Amino acid sequence: MAAISDVNPFVQPPKGDNDFARVTDNVSRIAEVNRPPRAWYIAFGISTSLLGLFGISVAYLFWEGIGIWGNMNPSYWGFPIVNFVFWVGIGHAGTLISAILYLMRQTWRTAINRFAEAMTIFAVICAAVFPGLHVGRPWLPYWMFPIPNQMQMWPQFRSPLEWDVFAVGTYATVSLLFWYMGMIPDLATFRDRSTSPLRRALYGAFAMGWRGSSRQWHRYERAYLLLAALATPLVLSVHSVVSFDFATSQMPGWHTTIFPPYFVAGAIFGGFAMVVTLAVPARQFFGLKRIITINHLELMSKIILATGMMVGYAYGMEFFIAWYSGSAYEGFALLNRAVGPFAWSYWAMIFCNVVTPQVFWFKSMRRNVWVIFFVGVLVNIGMWFERFVIIVTSGSRDFLPASWGYFIPTAWDFATLAGSFGLFFTLFLLFCRYLPMVAMAEVKAFVPAAHASGDHH
Amino acid sequence: MKLFVFPRWTNKIRQIAGLGLGVAPLYLTAIVWYGFSPKTVDAGYMPKQPIPYSHQLHVGELGIDCKYCHNTVDKAAHAAVPSTATCMNCHSRVRAKSPKLELLRESCEWSDETRTCRDDGKPIPWVKVHDLPDYVYFNHSAHVSRGVGCVSCHGRVDQMVEVYQKEPLSMGWCLDCHRAPEQHLRPVSEVTNMTWQAPGDAVEFGTKLRAENNINPPEDCSTCHR
Repeated sequence: MAAISDVNPFVQPPKGDNDFARVTDNVSRIAEVNRPPRAWYIAFGISTSLLGLFGISVAYLFWEGIGIWGNMNPSYWGFPIVNFVFWVGIGHAGTLISAILYLMRQTWRTAINRFAEAMTIFAVICAAVFPGLHVGRPWLPYWMFPIPNQMQMWPQFRSPLEWDVFAVGTYATVSLLFWYMGMIPDLATFRDRSTSPLRRALYGAFAMGWRGSSRQWHRYERAYLLLAALATPLVLSVHSVVSFDFATSQMPGWHTTIFPPYFVAGAIFGGFAMVVTLAVPARQFFGLKRIITINHLELMSKIILATGMMVGYAYGMEFFIAWYSGSAYEGFALLNRAVGPFAWSYWAMIFCNVVTPQVFWFKSMRRNVWVIFFVGVLVNIGMWFERFVIIVTSGSRDFLPASWGYFIPTAWDFATLAGSFGLFFTLFLLFCRYLPMVAMAEVKAFVPAAHASGDHH
Repeated sequence: MKLFVFPRWTNKIRQIAGLGLGVAPLYLTAIVWYGFSPKTVDAGYMPKQPIPYSHQLHVGELGIDCKYCHNTVDKAAHAAVPSTATCMNCHSRVRAKSPKLELLRESCEWSDETRTCRDDGKPIPWVKVHDLPDYVYFNHSAHVSRGVGCVSCHGRVDQMVEVYQKEPLSMGWCLDCHRAPEQHLRPVSEVTNMTWQAPGDAVEFGTKLRAENNINPPEDCSTCHR
């Protein structure tokens, strides 16, 4: 065990330096106070109720089978896959912030990267639930993994659905490692500030003996850089592979080469929308306005505007190619989206994803937390509708008019969707309460005090 | 601020935990791999039968052919368990008063006049040994009429006093043969022969038979799961 003498000033801030101390205090206090703010209790009550609804939905699903959902000929994928793609997409902002923005030296990321990474983990958990439920045989999802077995049966490696298993699995693993490793110095801070033996033991165990020696910092920085380099391709690969579920099929409206970049842009768009949706209340209720500043929110609004424009471009390009290709089926599929029986969902998507972000052209809007919050919520709704439009409208009207149909979700579809939000927010609120919400050690590297005697970082 | 440091004895926990985390997955894998394998849990199943019928005596010593009793095996999916009348062909005279055959006589209700059983529909409650899951459709005739010997799947029944399951009967075990049937092929006339040996190399001989009889076992799901 490391000697106490090599304690790092980041873990125990030097006396008289109020800036370092204030960062530590601001962040640690959230987890140390006996009672979190009332808003936390209200939010936690709602979230756990929804989580209970999720439990009931899943229990009834296992009892009765997937007939309780609206998935029916010809829309076999329905809500479960819409929700899966939606939740996988949410996670992307976390990975982008932690990996790409890190490699690009975007230091403002330090204020938001920790909870964006946490959001990634929880979103991937929500996403992973849905394919597991959708297979309809809850005792068999292990068949998705290439485990040697007495049946000598292997997954279909040629199927993009199987690539998904690997893409999302890699993503979850790397994100979890990244999140946890980044948290170690902050967990050590929590350990050292703890007064109760239980908290000391738990934070201490998870801090894995971190003392903040320069050797530890040196290795930490190396490992962080390596993980960032590993995670960077994942930002692009995961949702590209998810888009292959559609793009490699021959279904009109799915069989398009634009899907991988279009999905990635949409994922980052939706992910940042979720980050601001979480950041605005979090900084308000936990007193983090000095760390997550309005400048950070403005930068994120700009990213939402930029990625929203990319998504809008993709919507337009789909129509252009449908016309330019001369494919009758492709042309019909796209027209059917805009004026067919599901046109309401298409125009809901266009309004939320293309129209609402345009308010961010105005600086006053980008600096108004209410506007940012509501645009974030609307974009999340819009991105859910985007997946609904892709999955349901294409599937319900394919080549043969004889097999056309209309998709009607059931109450259980909505219960499961709402329940997955319960799962997500319950995990997120527990994270806010018990773990360092902001990467203290990283923020400190960029506070003015860290540069008082020149830049040595 | 007083720093929190774990007491020195906790270092031991770390080593034990490291050992546990390293070894536990291997141990669990081994337990699941060998413990849950059909070779372990299914092969060797030898239930107690209501009548101590010995295949070793009837087949091994007396030389009764498999198909004398299991007479549908080359025509139907199911290899019939013989009716008690088949047993009574001999046992109306041989060991007719044996107490071990009480259940047989009860089931049969032998009539000396007609020299047959009166069929009252009360069979002997034999216990099925080779029991595949209900979602598997196995056809005996498809295998027997193409030259897969009884012994290949059931083992040396002629040496079994009580019949037991020799092979695991797992899906992988089925596929082993479906993917390379030549290792278990023989002339159709020899299927019930328990001691048949291929002339020369068995696989080479099997390959020849496979080509001659155009034997191409399917591996689609629907072959066995309909």
